Amino acid sequence: MDRYRAAILAGLVLLTGGCSTPKTIYYWGHYQNLIYESYAAPGKIPPESQVEQLEADYQKARSLNQPVPPGFHAYLGYLYFQLGKLDQAKQEFETEKNLFPESAVFMDRMLANLKKS
Amino acid sequence: MKSQWLTSGLCVLALSLMLTGCATPKPYDYTNFRAHPPRSILVLPPLNESTAVEGTYGYLSTVSFPLAEMGYYVYPVSVTDQFLKENGMPTAGEMHQVPLDKVREIIGADAVLYITLKQYGTKYEVLSSVTTVQAQGKLVDTRTGLVLWEGTGIGQEGSGGSGNIIADMIIAVGSQAVNSSVDHAHTVCPMANAMMFTTKDHGLLYGPYHPQTESQ
Repeated sequence: MDRYRAAILAGLVLLTGGCSTPKTIYYWGHYQNLIYESYAAPGKIPPESQVEQLEADYQKARSLNQPVPPGFHAYLGYLYFQLGKLDQAKQEFETEKNLFPESAVFMDRMLANLKKS
Repeated sequence: MKSQWLTSGLCVLALSLMLTGCATPKPYDYTNFRAHPPRSILVLPPLNESTAVEGTYGYLSTVSFPLAEMGYYVYPVSVTDQFLKENGMPTAGEMHQVPLDKVREIIGADAVLYITLKQYGTKYEVLSSVTTVQAQGKLVDTRTGLVLWEGTGIGQEGSGGSGNIIADMIIAVGSQAVNSSVDHAHTVCPMANAMMFTTKDHGLLYGPYHPQTESQ
């Protein structure tokens, strides 16, 4: 029974897309994993080291000539905001807005919040 | 004993054929989607109908990747979540109730993805375990309130036996001890996402940042 089930599950995995690894549009680095870790174990990875990892990802992405995903700079800006580094936060929110005009309404809201603090 | 194994094996086989067979006949009707193709998607934390509290964020943190790679602008899920919490919506249930015109005004999103988690977790049996994640997604246009797309996905991963009962027992006990301390279902989410978003004739169409967006 277990053997049958394992074989079928393996087949399903292959069917649902375990087949190949096509090139992605974006360089993801640690972005999604940091989001997960921040929820799963709050405080385990402090904002300082998250910033460090994301800045390293950004350099890596540039060296590969690949863009970072939507939300990446917004999240980085949010981390800088938490650290009280408002100039860097502002810069990241503006970068997100320039790269993805779809984010303008939300980024303007973030930028307005910065002015208040 | 042996025939019992065979029967249950055949049942599982038949079931899996039915599952894959059912997915093909009637393609999803993309009329609404094509009339209002979104550029940007706000993903709200899922409503969690499973018994695992960690499911909400274990799942939420995996959704940006497939949606962005399909060509959409995806709002930073944890920043929007935090923003909504600070503005009087502490739970996923409350966020799912926010009027669409408010979402448009505050976030600027073209569409909202509402996810419901049906299953999330690992079921342990004597010599094996099965981890299952099942989710339903509904994409709604913030201008018209029309449902643009609906889909469902399931991801499953099992640790089966090798046939050597002693070896199986040692492995099962060892891996259960390891696996129960971590959120194994989190690693199965991409499988559920792949099925929900990319199944042919049922998945989501490509968004504006995908190279194939013109040809669909």
